[in-house]
Amino acid sequence: MAAMSLRQEFVKGLWKEIPPFRLVLGLCPALAITKTVDNGIGMGAAVIFVLVCSNILISALRNLIPKEVRIACFICVVATFVIIVELTMQAFFYSLYQKLGIFIPLIVVNCIPLGRAEAFASKYGVVYSAADGLGMGIGYAMSLTVLSAVREILGYGTFAGISLFGSDFEPFTFMVEAPGAFVCLGLLLGIMNAVGRRAKA
Amino acid sequence: MVSLSLICGICGLLLAFVKSATRERIALQLLQNVQGPAVGRVLPGSDNDLLKDRKEVKLPDTTLLVFVGKKGAEVWSVAFESFAPGYGGPVGVVTGFDLSNDTLTGIGITSCTETPGLGLRVREPAFCDRFRGRGLADSLCISKDGGVIDAVSGATISSRAVCTAVRQNIKRYAAVKTALQGK
Repeated sequence: MAAMSLRQEFVKGLWKEIPPFRLVLGLCPALAITKTVDNGIGMGAAVIFVLVCSNILISALRNLIPKEVRIACFICVVATFVIIVELTMQAFFYSLYQKLGIFIPLIVVNCIPLGRAEAFASKYGVVYSAADGLGMGIGYAMSLTVLSAVREILGYGTFAGISLFGSDFEPFTFMVEAPGAFVCLGLLLGIMNAVGRRAKA
Repeated sequence: MVSLSLICGICGLLLAFVKSATRERIALQLLQNVQGPAVGRVLPGSDNDLLKDRKEVKLPDTTLLVFVGKKGAEVWSVAFESFAPGYGGPVGVVTGFDLSNDTLTGIGITSCTETPGLGLRVREPAFCDRFRGRGLADSLCISKDGGVIDAVSGATISSRAVCTAVRQNIKRYAAVKTALQGK
């Protein structure tokens, strides 16, 4: 990593290392809450905020944090931002808060913020870390949006609550059940790998 | 170690600040999204704005938020909330009382983090409706404890928690009634 470019650090989160498909972290919410597009976008936004803030703070503090207790420090910083998101969402977007429920506090342990802190923010400068967090966060939000769009369109016949096919549509409810989440994630992973391989060849 | 303590301390301060900044907003959201619908269900037939006509009643041990149901100008019912420890955290129960004959108009579960499929089923009308029309002197315990309420099967602890919260509300009812009519 001799020549780092800001653009590169941002863009890598959007395709080359996009979570949760390439960087296979954060699967728990990706499977659990992607029943509707609103949920996917809401969760994505929460993760973007947490990632950017925790990356910036951890990068700024990286020379103060002793190596022995770095994980504890990272968790503490990440948890703080997650609770801020939770309280803010509870105060201003209550219906979203009710739907996402336990998965907001679980951002702490879904390992994307912690993973980025350990792999990136603790080694590089504030601006690069912010770009990395923003890229990863947007990538994650995009993935969740795509995943939830596929599941919602097939499973409910709606997109963000708007009916698409009229009343003749027979909903494929399997897609919004838990097994549908795994099947859908697997198919998208497969498609991404196939496309990636072709692009390389 | 100093830096870890320092970071924890600063995080704690920050969270305390955010918590106090959002407290009122969250209370309002809870009122509109959780307590409001529950109160609407336990005080059916009221024609006033239940959320607007709420009062704070000072009891010896606590200050209670009391919702008042009116038919026309006449106050016919009150409802308020109590908590009791359940299996997965506190269970909040709003209980409605008919002031004319001192019976329960119904109960509604507000906050509940019990196990889905088991304890969470105390929220269902099948269970909640067992309290409707009961008098204050009824033994509102689950049948295992010698009461008249059939517990949700497989959810003894959650059912017991609901009964405990209801009995707590009943204990406070007399004081609330005198406080309201004294005004």
